[in-house]
Amino acid sequence: MKSLLATLALTTALTVPGLASARPVTLTTTMANYGGPGAYLALYVTDSSGAYVGSLWMAGGKSRYYEHLRDWYRATGGDTAHINGITGASVGSGRTLEISLDLSDALFDAGYTLHIDAAAEDMRDSPNEVAVPLTKAGAGTPVPGRRYIASFTYAM
Amino acid sequence: MIRALHRWPGLQALALVGLLSLSGAALSVFPAAERLSAPQAASDLTVGTLAERIQGAYPGVEQIRRAPSGRITAYWFDQGTPGAAVIDPATGQGVASADPNATERWLTDLHRSLFLGDGGRIAMAGGALAMLMLTLSGAALVARRQGGWRYWFARSRGALAGRVHVEIARMAVFGLALSSATALWMTASTFGLVPDGGAMPAFPSEVSGQTGVALSKLEGLDTLPVSSLRDLSFPYAGDETDVFTLTTDRGTGYLDQGTGQMLAWADLGGWERVSETIYMLHTGQGAATLGLVLGLLALSVPVLGATGSIVWLAARRSRPRLRGNVPASRAETIVLVGSEGGSTWGFAATLHAALTEAGQSVHVGPMSGFAPARYAQARRIILLAATYGDGAAPSSAKGFLDRLASAGPAGSVPLAVLGFGDRSFPDYCAFAGDVAEAAARQGWDILLPLDTVDRQSPQDFARWGRALGAAMGIELHLSHHPVQPATQALTLVSRRDYGAEVQAPTAILRFALPRASLWQRLTGTGFVRFRAGDLIGILPEGSPVARFYSLASARRDGFVEIVVKKHPGGLCSGQLTALEPGDSVPAFLRRNPGFRAGRGRTPLILIGAGTGIGPLAGIVRGNARRRPVHLFFGMRHPDSDFLYHDDLPDWQADGRLARLHTAVSRTTRPRYVQDALRSEAGQVAELIRNGARVMVCGGRDMAAGVAEALGDILAPAGLSPAMLKAEGRYVEDVY
Repeated sequence: MKSLLATLALTTALTVPGLASARPVTLTTTMANYGGPGAYLALYVTDSSGAYVGSLWMAGGKSRYYEHLRDWYRATGGDTAHINGITGASVGSGRTLEISLDLSDALFDAGYTLHIDAAAEDMRDSPNEVAVPLTKAGAGTPVPGRRYIASFTYAM
Repeated sequence: MIRALHRWPGLQALALVGLLSLSGAALSVFPAAERLSAPQAASDLTVGTLAERIQGAYPGVEQIRRAPSGRITAYWFDQGTPGAAVIDPATGQGVASADPNATERWLTDLHRSLFLGDGGRIAMAGGALAMLMLTLSGAALVARRQGGWRYWFARSRGALAGRVHVEIARMAVFGLALSSATALWMTASTFGLVPDGGAMPAFPSEVSGQTGVALSKLEGLDTLPVSSLRDLSFPYAGDETDVFTLTTDRGTGYLDQGTGQMLAWADLGGWERVSETIYMLHTGQGAATLGLVLGLLALSVPVLGATGSIVWLAARRSRPRLRGNVPASRAETIVLVGSEGGSTWGFAATLHAALTEAGQSVHVGPMSGFAPARYAQARRIILLAATYGDGAAPSSAKGFLDRLASAGPAGSVPLAVLGFGDRSFPDYCAFAGDVAEAAARQGWDILLPLDTVDRQSPQDFARWGRALGAAMGIELHLSHHPVQPATQALTLVSRRDYGAEVQAPTAILRFALPRASLWQRLTGTGFVRFRAGDLIGILPEGSPVARFYSLASARRDGFVEIVVKKHPGGLCSGQLTALEPGDSVPAFLRRNPGFRAGRGRTPLILIGAGTGIGPLAGIVRGNARRRPVHLFFGMRHPDSDFLYHDDLPDWQADGRLARLHTAVSRTTRPRYVQDALRSEAGQVAELIRNGARVMVCGGRDMAAGVAEALGDILAPAGLSPAMLKAEGRYVEDVY
């Protein structure tokens, strides 16, 4: 199990399609009406010591703005190899972003935390907008964000 | 070519460019308003002190930003709730909401992307590119119109719409070029095409692990002036591995939250500096006054669009419409027109319509655009060539003979030349003859032998059409109804008669200036704008062909004046010289750009005989700037046909005319105007050596005599009339 996680961290791919030990998870992020342009969001996972493990999704296509997702940027050095193939459009005020992934079972109830960094043009950066421990029990429970995100839910 | 580069982006992107400029102008107000409303920091205030003040007021402060306007915004967390405010740096207290302005936001989105995301950004960048092309091509056109770059700010001339267009454009072009070029850079930067990405230092691998350093102990902040601050981000509460992140106008660094030490630093890169400067120049953020100026200049775009459209429409109306003109590369029959006043275009339109009806694909264009390499499908080329002056190329055929010569050996496409002219002139269809000869010399196949149309005769044209049809193997009926230019009635105000005693009855006819419509005023058509030396066409009763007379007055004189000599049996001159005050004739204006005094203060040598004094007298009358003018005037007898002899002494007295030399031919010792020139040879040569310009108006024989005399006079100085002509310093209006 540990070796699998190590591999995941190395490849930065936390999704494991087709493996028996994976389960489909839906991540739903509903934005607040913050009244600005489309927000950039970085969804990523840290382990129990707070160390970056890997990225789940990047909402926002222009890498020149990634530095405003401060924690994610600091952890990855802004290297877009971390988000190859898991990048989508920025999310507008009041909109909902829904992502379905196959996540490794090993990520749940093992001290991992899912973080979302958010930023919007000409508005404050909001690193760690959401920080929610990944537990099977916590699935389906909405969590509010600090400024841009009205609620975040992961459901299995 | 440049005109096409100006016209097409102008017409195609008019709406887009208009939207860009109006939204840009509206946006330019915001940086200035922000600059005025933001409480500014004292010049000796340091970032350390400011941060302490803000932390005193908002203990949960997370981020402090300073905008280029000097506005300072703080963001904080208070019991789990985020807050933000514009800060008064003197107290650290919030004074205004930090929420972004919704109107500015909306305008910005419209301005850069039409609310359409990346696709909209690309469309707007296309608009900016069109604007840049318009400014560059427009600048070249202004320079050409003004007669050179150094006349950029000289008085502009021409029709109202064109004049307004030029006068606004030559001011606005600098701002518009700056705005559009910087816009393109910013788009390239947004799409990552410019290597100006943020240079963040590597995150320090080790921090002290302590927290709670006093803000005044942060390294460098006690001396860093607030004006250098961009952003100060506080470490995340409760995370001892986090750091302070400081961004200034020089770079970005990390500061330890326990010791206050600078842990890492990265300078701003060269590309980033360039991009920041460009951002400032485009948005006015950090340069509010420049922004306002650029916004004001952007407001000129809708006006330029409107006046430019009028200029384009007026030019379009002046030529006959060709329905279904096939592109040159696809047409089987290429019809090229060499026309001075436009009447030959009418014949081309008739030919185009008849051939198209007979199922042919036809392209009609100017002879000056001759490009045989482009005529991929052509099976025949037809040249309709008028003649200008004594055998010169008319304006739409300028450069044709050079193009023909440089086109190399003839292809297999046969060629026909049809000349248009007036048999009463000695050089009847001379240019058409030159063209036919040059084509034959180059080895072009002849489709039809050179033929001519005399005085726009529909019969001549129909006869040539039958021959063309026979050569093409089709029935071709050319029924041409000359399109007469729109005429206006000119009413005679006064007449002065001369010359009856010397068998040369001549009249100076002065007509009232006709009223101009708004469209004429805008487009400069009709008698809205004319100068001495321009022509008026008069349609005599009983003939559809206009006769042309040189104008002896300018628009600002407030009347239309011509000098007419009655020719025995002359249809038009007979009718004109029979006019009494109150009578009117239908007339239209034709410009004569080849016969102008030109700008500058160099002396003018005006030479004319008989009615040829008309335009010269007009030039003298209009010489308000007292340019030195030397007039040589030939007449038959001073008691009979001394035209303008009442006016000339007055003009001489008030300095409009420097010297008057007359030559009288009906005396015991006849003298012609060329004799007067020869007797003043020394002075004439001196004037010409010093840059004087020569203008000759009158009969053909006189002009030839003058050229010969001047040739003799100038030969010792190594000059000749031909050299002066090539420099544009010797112009003739000969009839």
